[in-house]
Amino acid sequence: MNRPVILLVEDDSASADLARYCLEEGKIETEVVVARDGAEALDYLLGDALPGPGSPLRPSVILLDLSMPGIDGFEVLRRLRTDERTKLLPVVVLSSSNRREDIARSYRLGANSYIRKSANFDRFSEAMRQAAAYWIFLNEALGEEP
Amino acid sequence: MNAENGPIRILIVEDEEDDYVLIRDAFEAAGLAGHLDRVKDGRQMMDFLLHKPAPRLILLDLNMPSMDGRNALAEAKSHPRLRRIPVVVLTTSTSQEDVLRSYDMGVNSYIRKPLQFSRLVEQMEILKKYWFEVVQLPPPEEHPA
Repeated sequence: MNRPVILLVEDDSASADLARYCLEEGKIETEVVVARDGAEALDYLLGDALPGPGSPLRPSVILLDLSMPGIDGFEVLRRLRTDERTKLLPVVVLSSSNRREDIARSYRLGANSYIRKSANFDRFSEAMRQAAAYWIFLNEALGEEP
Repeated sequence: MNAENGPIRILIVEDEEDDYVLIRDAFEAAGLAGHLDRVKDGRQMMDFLLHKPAPRLILLDLNMPSMDGRNALAEAKSHPRLRRIPVVVLTTSTSQEDVLRSYDMGVNSYIRKPLQFSRLVEQMEILKKYWFEVVQLPPPEEHPA
């Protein structure tokens, strides 16, 4: 059986490795696909090979960093929300920023939720486990079997 | 954490008494008693939202008499201030049309209500941890309209 996919958009490879480890280490079976920047995320999601609803490759949730070189997280979010193919996909911003403006702007642009990356390993690890449980186990995304 | 502005209020919109009691008990079991306000249909939800301090999260049933959750959602999401409040749909509906329309109207999450109480408790525990311990909710409005 295919494991549900989480798309992690993160330019920093150490952060990406850590998040992947924490997400895959929990009780929830999941496969983490990493996009190294905004352009790679948009290629994966809006390129010709976009996995449609019902496809095992379609992410159950996208974890999106904000601060990335080139196309940043806000711009990725804006483009996903204006494209018919991706506007309903759950997107969770995962950022070290605690600025009210960044949080408010993310929600305004259509983020489903906002997680602040903790610098504390235990807290970060717990946040990733909870996020995987929530978006894989609890939340119903479009096209998922009941 | 979201403790900066006092206790977090959650609004539950649920017409069925039995379902509400289950959800409330689940929240109690999850340590969230005393944070809940409850209304019974979409009309009451809009009255509450327009006249009481804004909740930080809304848990919305879809199938209710008077104004159902779909219409209440459409109304709240077209209101400049209320549209910012995160909404989690909590319903027994298995219709893909409901999933699609809910996300299209801007809900943050869609949860299918399980039939067994033990599963509901488990779900509410995950929901509580996620939204109230992991997530940064949108900052409350500083200048409510």
